[in-house]
Amino acid sequence: MDGMVTANRLSDGVVVFLDAAGAWSEDFHRGAVLADEAAKAAALQTAAATERANLVVGSYWIALETRGGHLAPKELREAIRASGPTNRRDLGKQALGQAPDVLPRASLES
Amino acid sequence: MYRYDEFDAAFVAARVDQFRDQVARRLAGEITEDEFRPHRLMNGLYLQLHAYMLRVAIPYGALNSAQMRKLADISRAYDRGYGHFTTRQNIQYNWPALKDTPDILAELASVSMHAIQTSGNCIRNVTSDQFAGAIAGEVADPRPYAEILRQWSSQHPEFSFLPRKFKIAVNGAPHDRAAIRVHDIGLQVVRNERGELGFEVYVGGGLGRTPIIAKKVRDFLPERDLLNYCEAVLRVYNLEGRRDNKYKARIKILLHEKGLEALRAAVEAEFAALDREALALPAAEIARIAGFFAPPELPQRPAESARVTQRRGRDARFDAFLRTNVVAHKQPGYVIVTASLKPIGGAPGDASADQMDAVADLAESYSSDEIRVSHEQNLILPHVALDDLPAVYDRLAAMELATANVGAISDIIACPGLDYCALATARSIPVAQRLSQHFGEGARAGDIGPLKIKISGCINACGHHHVGHIGILGLERSGVETYQITLGGSADEKASVGQLTGPGFGAEDIVDAVDIVVEAYRSLRASKEETFLETYRRVGMAPFKEALYERNAGSDI
Repeated sequence: MDGMVTANRLSDGVVVFLDAAGAWSEDFHRGAVLADEAAKAAALQTAAATERANLVVGSYWIALETRGGHLAPKELREAIRASGPTNRRDLGKQALGQAPDVLPRASLES
Repeated sequence: MYRYDEFDAAFVAARVDQFRDQVARRLAGEITEDEFRPHRLMNGLYLQLHAYMLRVAIPYGALNSAQMRKLADISRAYDRGYGHFTTRQNIQYNWPALKDTPDILAELASVSMHAIQTSGNCIRNVTSDQFAGAIAGEVADPRPYAEILRQWSSQHPEFSFLPRKFKIAVNGAPHDRAAIRVHDIGLQVVRNERGELGFEVYVGGGLGRTPIIAKKVRDFLPERDLLNYCEAVLRVYNLEGRRDNKYKARIKILLHEKGLEALRAAVEAEFAALDREALALPAAEIARIAGFFAPPELPQRPAESARVTQRRGRDARFDAFLRTNVVAHKQPGYVIVTASLKPIGGAPGDASADQMDAVADLAESYSSDEIRVSHEQNLILPHVALDDLPAVYDRLAAMELATANVGAISDIIACPGLDYCALATARSIPVAQRLSQHFGEGARAGDIGPLKIKISGCINACGHHHVGHIGILGLERSGVETYQITLGGSADEKASVGQLTGPGFGAEDIVDAVDIVVEAYRSLRASKEETFLETYRRVGMAPFKEALYERNAGSDI
């Protein structure tokens, strides 16, 4: 299953994603998509090292899925975390063009 | 308002300095997150979904205009221009940076505010009636007692590492607006047969995953023994409360496992063994603290206002506002005004910086500089002259703070839920928004009458769903948001825990499900005067359940 490694930046708490170079990005689009267990393990190891270096806190792996042709976090919690509050589209990554291209549903309508 | 003395100011300033040092050491990598976390939590700083969250204490929900303006300024300078008033009468900022928090705390300290003990396993911010000191018929103003408890509990060395958090609420009027029966200790101010002031003491109430209505452990506790008795309760809890399982660590579980009689006996034994003189409250000290809460000097005014009567006659919205958001003050010619933080379709409890400033301005001009925050997430101007009501209303309306819905179906309590909270399992705010839009503030809402909907986005119950007339609990089932409904809860002097209707409803169906419950009530009520809660208590769950599950094809059962 595709995945990505995420954390919160220590200095301001902003949600960040681990990119292919092992750096942290605020932009979901720049996060490295991890296609297999080996890539996941390596990314988590890199993330743990940056945690020890006090750049981020609480790093972990999230599952991704393709929705409407776009890659996005599978769990609603992670989709909201990667986007911003669903009742405030003017806040968070969704307001900065850094959110997944498919956002969690704003309303609860089907 | 209580004014900090030198000790208070020095204590808060010292804490700001300590936290500044702790943050600097954390950012420099000198301490780990595991080492730092307890420090930040003791200063109200959480890490949530999108960012850090700072919870600022508003002791017993009381603010002056300078404090409210400071809250607005902080939201502009360090956050995103708004704040969230909570069911604990606090305010939460959703986007502060860790590196800025020492400056934010310093700003708060400049107006005698802080974020101390808004988290952690300690005695939390003491809460009270938002109408305290203004409402008619009060036995006594609860705020002096709340302030005394605040001073006693701040950095109390024995009670800084309790098995779990501990919440105290004080109510001074016959009607309980402070939800004291769902607190760890609930204090109801009463007079005994000799006319002396004291308290009925309730212990072991709480919501969360195990909702329990507090039990009365004392019919009358003399005023002077307030701290002695609380100390005895806390000491028993601190020694006997479970530390092996955080879900069983609250005093309500101790009460449940030990039984009322045994808990009462243990508390009374501890109370008897205390050196009662050390913590006894001298009458002079109570009077000194009460002096800070002396009623404002309100000029005599006629009980009626021609200006208000005329406006009511020609302005239906003003008239509606008066009926729902305005209650009589203890002094004739004055009223208590509730500014609704529940605009139709809005996020409950959210206030923009401009709205906070507007309320501060109104308080300064029209309410003796006083503002209150209610646990139902609204803002109150407690001392408004009736004659000034049109001016106050117009300003509130211009700031979208005049929705005529206090106590009505759209005056919904909701926690931040999965839109912000790291603990949440489902969203709360969008459910509140859709329910609010669905029922609105029109004729139908008026016909439905008083009805408290309370929504929590997880089992921790920050949205008080257990004590909602209609409670909604958001859960996650197989990756999908699911909402359970409870009926018949209440947080007042006739407190009760709501009963689960049955299986939950999907996000698409929850509004329809609530509508079915409301329509069932309208068809079941004995008269238009019988409220939802009265009807529920008269007819019980069965007809509501039948309406929900036997006629609702939309449910996911």
